Amino acid sequence: MKTSNFEYPIAKDNDGKTIWKFLISEFKPKGKIFTPFNIISVPVILLGIVLIVIRFWKGIGSITNLTQEVPWGLWIGFDVVTGVAFAGGAYVLTFIVYILNNQKYHSIVRITVLNGFLAYVFYAGALLLDLGRPWNVINPIIGNSFGTSSVLFLVAWHFLLYMLAQLIEFSPAVAEWLGAKRARKILSGMTIAAVIFGITLSTLHQSGLGALYLMAKDKIHPLWYSEFIPILFLVSSIFAGLSMVIFEGSISHKVFFNQISEKHNKEQDGIVRGLSRICAGAMFAYFALQVLIFIHQKRWDLLGTPMGYWYLLEMIGFVLIPMLMFVSGYRRKSINMIKTAAILTMVGVILNRLNVTVIGFKWDEAIRYVPSWMEVVVTLTVIFTEIWIFRWVVRRMPVLRDAPIWAKNQDK
Amino acid sequence: MGLDRRGFMKTLGVAGTTLALGKTAFAAGKGKESIEFYGILYDSTRCVGCQTCENSCAEKHGLPAPTEVPEAGVIRKTDESRRTVVNLFKTTKGEVYVKNQCMHCNEPACAAACLTQAMYKTKEGPVIWRGNKCMGCRYCMVSCPFDVPKFEFHSANPKITKCDMCYDRILEGKKPACAENCPAEAITFGTRRELIQEARKRIAAQPDVYSDLIYGEREAGGTGEVYVAQVPPVELGFKTNLQNESYPALSKGFLYAVPSVFVLLPVLLLGIHETTKTNKNHQNEGDENE
Ligand code: SF4
Ligand code: SF4
Repeated sequence: MKTSNFEYPIAKDNDGKTIWKFLISEFKPKGKIFTPFNIISVPVILLGIVLIVIRFWKGIGSITNLTQEVPWGLWIGFDVVTGVAFAGGAYVLTFIVYILNNQKYHSIVRITVLNGFLAYVFYAGALLLDLGRPWNVINPIIGNSFGTSSVLFLVAWHFLLYMLAQLIEFSPAVAEWLGAKRARKILSGMTIAAVIFGITLSTLHQSGLGALYLMAKDKIHPLWYSEFIPILFLVSSIFAGLSMVIFEGSISHKVFFNQISEKHNKEQDGIVRGLSRICAGAMFAYFALQVLIFIHQKRWDLLGTPMGYWYLLEMIGFVLIPMLMFVSGYRRKSINMIKTAAILTMVGVILNRLNVTVIGFKWDEAIRYVPSWMEVVVTLTVIFTEIWIFRWVVRRMPVLRDAPIWAKNQDK
Repeated sequence: MGLDRRGFMKTLGVAGTTLALGKTAFAAGKGKESIEFYGILYDSTRCVGCQTCENSCAEKHGLPAPTEVPEAGVIRKTDESRRTVVNLFKTTKGEVYVKNQCMHCNEPACAAACLTQAMYKTKEGPVIWRGNKCMGCRYCMVSCPFDVPKFEFHSANPKITKCDMCYDRILEGKKPACAENCPAEAITFGTRRELIQEARKRIAAQPDVYSDLIYGEREAGGTGEVYVAQVPPVELGFKTNLQNESYPALSKGFLYAVPSVFVLLPVLLLGIHETTKTNKNHQNEGDENE
């Protein structure tokens, strides 16, 4: 069992020479090398790197199945749109802990923010792979071409700023790792401001991702298109993010069990139950919204089509059912049921995002877009690399384990 | 946005102030006064399907000359190597040719979508693409209701390609290459207002020859390219389910809400934070018991 007395090398001996020794030692791998995850992920990442080289050398069409009719595929629809929805846990949790001052969830804030930050770096970063002329990405940033009427402009800026906000939210952990006491004091003083800024940005770009598709009115299947896509995306990002927190938490607690203090371990079930209640509430609101939109748009006749069945599957199988499971898991204190509900919910969110962006996009086109295996490998490369970095950080910084005592004293 | 600018230009033009002249001259870089969007009227009843427009377009833009000819039942689409195509349709009034290219919308979805203003509605009317700005995100393609912009998927330095109404020629005071060379005078270049008047005149003069719909007059908020033909657009492969409101209007509501969210939400959050602050210690204790 680790306690809060975990030793921080630099904190003990804080002079320049040891910082380098410390950093070098920290860059060495910790933990076993031949784990199943490593054995699978390393070849995939290597192959993915080769594919990315080919992509920049021969063009996007050389490894993707994108067409002139379907210019955005898996990389946008899954990596960016779905990935960012799953990263929504960070803004929801910071809202609960820092804005509502509910300390119950404090112990999982750091890991969630770290997860969110890395998700943005990698999944939003995957956007760069999809850009045909990435060297011009600087244009909308340095301001020599502001396309302010563009939703994508807004989303891109919000990604950037939000990454910054999350970095600030996470930075005290880095400072604790390095034993930088004064820096930590300054950085943790910025947390509330970063949180408020971050939640505002998240509200706008989670919905903005949906708003991206507003102009594609005639291209998206009417069961998935409505003027309310932005609101639906925002509300669903709440339970998408929290389901991810539940899911990721159950894995982290196994993989990093030696990092977690007994106290936190005991708290965990209560946290999961609390989250399941919030998920159920958000899903209820989402489901009600969907029903209202459905009735408002008078789309009854569409239900009898294959796309209609697909829609019902998503709405009932992956929204309504997991919602009820969250409720019953909460009541019966069944953590397993809550975990299953979280997984179903995640599948539902993936389905929903893909239905808007890929499956329902140009659904009536004669030749449908299906991602190539190479697009899938690149997507996996992005995800695996993120997990590698995530693991690297968790093993070194006080993310899951308690902060050092000096840091706790600072907060008093 | 386009309409506003157009209205603005009109007012200035009518007032005839030298200021307006100076301004437009500066922006156009050619000293050419333009107070209205230019457009093109295409008349299917005159088109003979000779593909001169396709050939002159290819020549003007350094693209390969077309190898296929229009054929009924086959729909050729524009792509990276051709910016305009002529197709043949079997209709209730016999075989009819139709030329397709960018519609040069009054309020283009592509330009509203573009986050770098690479897609750009010029004040002369043509919608052009500017390679030094474009980052190749292809959001313009996702947004264009006519599926016009194309992308060079097989290039390491890909371009977005589409008809630019020969913007450089227009700045030189010339007509677009297709309009210049069409032997059947099926392609008329002029200001959009003149063209719609001309279209109405033609329909009124020969109501039995023309269908009375002018495609592009209202579709997607009005387009710079307008069409008249023997038969209604639905028989000629046109998209007829498009809204008459402009497409950028669809995301305007969202974009307008952004500034207020940005101002109000942080204040609200700060307020909640301050009021719940006192709970902090209580909850800490409460948690221990759970
Ligand atoms: S037709 Fe498409 S590409 Fe052409 S101006 Fe309109 S929106 Fe832009
Ligand atoms: S691909 Fe280029 S022109 Fe099209 S929206 Fe993106 S930046 Fe603009």
